[in-house]
Amino acid sequence: MTRTPLRPLARILAARQSGENPDAIERENLAARHEADRDSQRQRAEGRLLVLGIVFLCAFFMVGLKMSFLAASDPAEPRAAASGAQIVAARADITDRNGRILATNLTTHSLYAQPQQMIDPERAAREVARIFPDLDQEKLLRHFTGSRKFLWIKRRISPEQQQAVFDIGEPGLLFGPREMRLYPNGKLAAHVLGGAGFGREGVSSAEVIGVAGIERALDEELRDPGRGDVPLTLSIDLTVQAAVERVLEGGMKLMNAKGAAAILMDAKTGEIVSLASLPDFDPNDRPTPLTTGDQAESPLFNRAVQGVYELGSTFKIFATAQGVEERLVSRTTWIDTTGPLKWGRHTIRDLRDHSPALTVEDVIVKSSNIGTARVAMMIGPERQQSFLGKLGLSSPLPVELIEARGARPLLPKKWSEIHTMTVSYGHGLSASPLHLATAYASLLNGGTRVTPTLLKQDQVEPGPRVVSENTSEQMRSFLRQVVQRGTATLGEVPGYHVAGKTGTADKPKPQGGYYDEKVIATFASVFPADDPKYVLVVTLDEPVETSGRKPRRTAGWTAVPVAAEIIRRAAPLLGLAPDIEPDHGPGVTLASN
Amino acid sequence: MTEMVYGSVPRGGGEPILPRWWRTVDKWSMSCVLALFGVGLLLGLAASPPLAERHGLPAFFYVQRQVFFGGIALVVMFALTLMSPKSVRRLAVLGFAVSFAGIALLPFLGTDFGKGAVRWYSLGFGSVQPSEFLKPGLIVLVGWMIAASNEVAGPPGKTYSFALTMIVVGLLAVQPDFGQAALILFAWGVMYFVGGAPFFILAGVAGLVTMGGAFAYQHSEHFARRIDGFLSAEVDPTTQLGYAANAIREGGFFGVGVGEGTVKWSLPDAHTDFIIAVAAEEYGLILVLVIIFLYATIILRSLFRLMRERDPFIRLAGTGLACTLAMQAMINLSVAVRLLPAKGMTLPFVSYGGSSLVAAGIMMGILLALTRVRPQGEIGDYLVRNRRGS
Repeated sequence: MTRTPLRPLARILAARQSGENPDAIERENLAARHEADRDSQRQRAEGRLLVLGIVFLCAFFMVGLKMSFLAASDPAEPRAAASGAQIVAARADITDRNGRILATNLTTHSLYAQPQQMIDPERAAREVARIFPDLDQEKLLRHFTGSRKFLWIKRRISPEQQQAVFDIGEPGLLFGPREMRLYPNGKLAAHVLGGAGFGREGVSSAEVIGVAGIERALDEELRDPGRGDVPLTLSIDLTVQAAVERVLEGGMKLMNAKGAAAILMDAKTGEIVSLASLPDFDPNDRPTPLTTGDQAESPLFNRAVQGVYELGSTFKIFATAQGVEERLVSRTTWIDTTGPLKWGRHTIRDLRDHSPALTVEDVIVKSSNIGTARVAMMIGPERQQSFLGKLGLSSPLPVELIEARGARPLLPKKWSEIHTMTVSYGHGLSASPLHLATAYASLLNGGTRVTPTLLKQDQVEPGPRVVSENTSEQMRSFLRQVVQRGTATLGEVPGYHVAGKTGTADKPKPQGGYYDEKVIATFASVFPADDPKYVLVVTLDEPVETSGRKPRRTAGWTAVPVAAEIIRRAAPLLGLAPDIEPDHGPGVTLASN
Repeated sequence: MTEMVYGSVPRGGGEPILPRWWRTVDKWSMSCVLALFGVGLLLGLAASPPLAERHGLPAFFYVQRQVFFGGIALVVMFALTLMSPKSVRRLAVLGFAVSFAGIALLPFLGTDFGKGAVRWYSLGFGSVQPSEFLKPGLIVLVGWMIAASNEVAGPPGKTYSFALTMIVVGLLAVQPDFGQAALILFAWGVMYFVGGAPFFILAGVAGLVTMGGAFAYQHSEHFARRIDGFLSAEVDPTTQLGYAANAIREGGFFGVGVGEGTVKWSLPDAHTDFIIAVAAEEYGLILVLVIIFLYATIILRSLFRLMRERDPFIRLAGTGLACTLAMQAMINLSVAVRLLPAKGMTLPFVSYGGSSLVAAGIMMGILLALTRVRPQGEIGDYLVRNRRGS
C-alpha cells in the first residue's frame, strides 16, 4: 500500500491558493489512514479468531473423545496392589499315582475394610472383634477412624464367619474371593507337597504360590493358565505312603528316635512311591520356620532329602560291587581282615573281631570295615570317585523338590587314600537317604542308572549302565545273605526275599569329633532279591532299643525291624504276591457214610 | 379523512425494541444457554439431595435456590442483551469498579466458610463471591483498553490492561484462588492475541511451550506418565478423581438410570465441581456429549459472529467473554476426565451456586448484547473499495 502523507504539499498549496482550510485535508487523510488501519487489524483479527475457534473445537472434541474412552472402559474396583498384570489364582490339583487328590483348591473369602465408606466404625470394630477374638478392638477402631482408605482384616475366613460379618450390615466391610490351597489328607506326604501361600494380593483374587516341596519346585507348571484342569500326577501312592508313615512313626517311638526318614522307590524307574520324614507337619497350616538353633530340628526339615548324613556300612556294597565289576576280586576271594588296620595316623577297627581272613561275600555279610577298606585300596581314589559319581552320590539329585537342590553330598575335600578307605565303609562322605536309595536302585536293579522322580512315569528308558547284570545279581545275593545270616536277620519278611545292608554311623559333633552314644541307623534294602522291584531306605536318628539288658543302637536292632514291618505292610499294597512254598499240607480225606 | 384533518401518525424512531432484539440477537446461543440451565436443574435434582440431607434441609432445597438464582441470572441476561454496546460498556466498567473494591476488601471483611480460602462475603441469607462478578467487568474493560490502544494516537492500553490484570491476579492469588487467576490471565492473553499481539511474541511463546513440553516429557517422569496415560490412565479409585472416573465408567453410554447413581453420595462436590460425573453416571455419555455440544455451539457461533464485527472493542470484549466461558467449561470437564489436575472450577449454568450462575448470566448477557447483528458498513466498504479500485 502506498502511504499517503497526511499533508501532501501539492494539495496544501493548492488549497491555500484557493483559500480553503488546509487542516481539512489533513483530517481527511487521517480518517482514511485510520480506516485502512482498522481494515488490516480486522483482517488479522479474523484470522486469529478462526484459529481460536479451531483450537476450541479441537479441545472440546478431545474432552468428548476422552469421555467416550472412559465411558467405554470398565469400572475399576479398589485394588491393594499397584496396577499390573492380572492376578491369576488358578492352580492345578495334585494327585497321587492313582488319581487320589493330594492337593486341591477351595474358594474362601478374605475380609477387607474401606473405612471411608463406614457408617458406624465403632460398632464395626466391636462386632469384628467379637467375631474374630484374635483381633484387637482398639486397634481396629484406630484403623477404621484413621486416614487409611483400605486395609486387610483377615486373609481367609470361613463361610460362617463371612455370614457373621455380613450380618453386621456395615458397607465398609467387604469380601474378596480367595482361592485357598487345601491338602485334604492333612499331614500325609507333607514334605513332598510342601505347602502354598499367597503371593500378590488383590481384592478380587490372590496368587497362590508354592512355598516348599513340589509346590514350590513346580510352581510355574502348576500355575500355568494353559494347563487347564489337568492335575499333576505324582508317583506317590497314597495308601503306601499312609502305611509307611504309620509304621515309621510307630517305629520311631518304639526305638526312641528323635527323627526318622523312609524312602520307597521303584528300583527300575526311579519313581518315588513313598517319601516320609518325621517329625512332620500339616501343610494346611505350616509351622513358622525356626528362628534360632538348627533348622534340621524343625518339622519342616525333610530328613529324607535335605538331611545329609554319614550313612555308615550301607556304603560297603559300593566298594565291593566296583571290585567285582572291575574283576579285582570275586565272590570267594579271601581278604585279610586282621585288625586293627593302621594307615598313617589312622586306625581302622571292626566292631567285632572277625577271623583273620574273610571271603568278599563274608566281608559284606559280617560287615567288616577292614575288609572293605582293603578292597577299596585295590580300586584307588580316582576310580572310586568316578564310580560313586556314576551312582549319583556326588551331586544334588534332580528330584522335583525345592529342598533337593540344596542337598549336595559332603565329599572329602582332598580325596586321599585314607579317605578312600573310610568312604568305602561310609564315613567321610555324607549323603541324603534319597541319594542312598538312588544309588541302591541303580546298583541292584540290574545295573542301570535311575533318576529319582516324584512324577508318575509312563515309560522309562533304562539309564546308562553302571555295573553289569551279573555283578548286580551277585550283589543282591550278598545282601540277601546279610538278611539271612548276617547283621539284618530281623529284616526277613517271609515271601518277599528281602536283601539289604545295615549301617550304623556315629553322629558327628558340630564342634568336631563324634558322639559315642548318638548314631544314625540306616537299613537300605531291595526286594524281592531275585527280581528287584523296590528299594526301601529307612533311617532313624538317634535310636535306642532298650528291651535288652544293654541299650542297643545298631541298625540291625533298630532300623531293620522297622523296615521289615514297612515291607510287610506295603508290599501287598504294591501288588507284590508273596513267594510262598506251595503248601501241600495233609492230604484231604474224603469221608462219606 | 382523519389523516387529512389531524395529519398522519408520526412515525416512531425506527423498529420497535423487541422485534429488533429478536431479529438481531443470537437466538441459537441463547437457546443453548437455556438448555444448559435446564440440564443444570435436571442434574441438581439428582445431585443436591445428598447435600441437603447432610445439612438437614428439605431434599430439594438447593434445587429451589437454583431455580431462584437461575431466574435472576436469566432476567439479568435478558436485560443486558437489550442494551447497546455503549451502555453495556458503561455498566460493565462500573460493575468492575464495585467488584474490584469488593475483592480488595475481602481479606478484611470476607469469610472462608472453613474451606481455607477467603472468597466470600457472608450476607446472612447467602453468600457472594465477588471474583465471579469481577470477570465480566474486567474483560470488558481490558477489551476497551486494547481497542483504544489500536486507535491512531490512542492510549497505551495494552500496557495498562496488563498491569490491571496482574493486580487482579495478585489479589486472587492472595485468597488463594489460582483457578480464577489463571482464567483471568487466559482471558487477557486471548484478547491480546486477537487484538494484534506481535508475531515474534507468539512465535516465542509457541517455541517455549513446545521446547518446555519436550523437555518435560523427556526429563519428568510424572509429566511423561501423564501424557502416556491419556488413553488408559489408572487412578486410585478412592480419591475424588477416582470416584468421578468410576462414575463415568459406570454410566457407560446410556447411564445407569435416573436417580440410580451412587457417586453423588460419595463426592462432596458432586453438585458443583463434579456435576459432570453425576450427569455421566445417571444419563450416560449421551448427556455429556450433549452438554459439550451446547458449549461448543455457543463459543463457535459467538466467535463466528465476532469475526464479522468491525468495531474493535466489541470484537475484543466479545472474544474475551466467549473464550473465558468456554475455558471454564473446558477446565471443569477436563478435570472430570483427568486431562487436568483437580481444580475447583464450576461448570457455567450447570453447576449449583448463586454467584456463579448470576455471573455466568451477566457474561452471557454481555456477550449476546455484543454479538447482536448490527450494520457493519458493508455498503461503505463496497463504495470505498470501488473508489479505490477506480
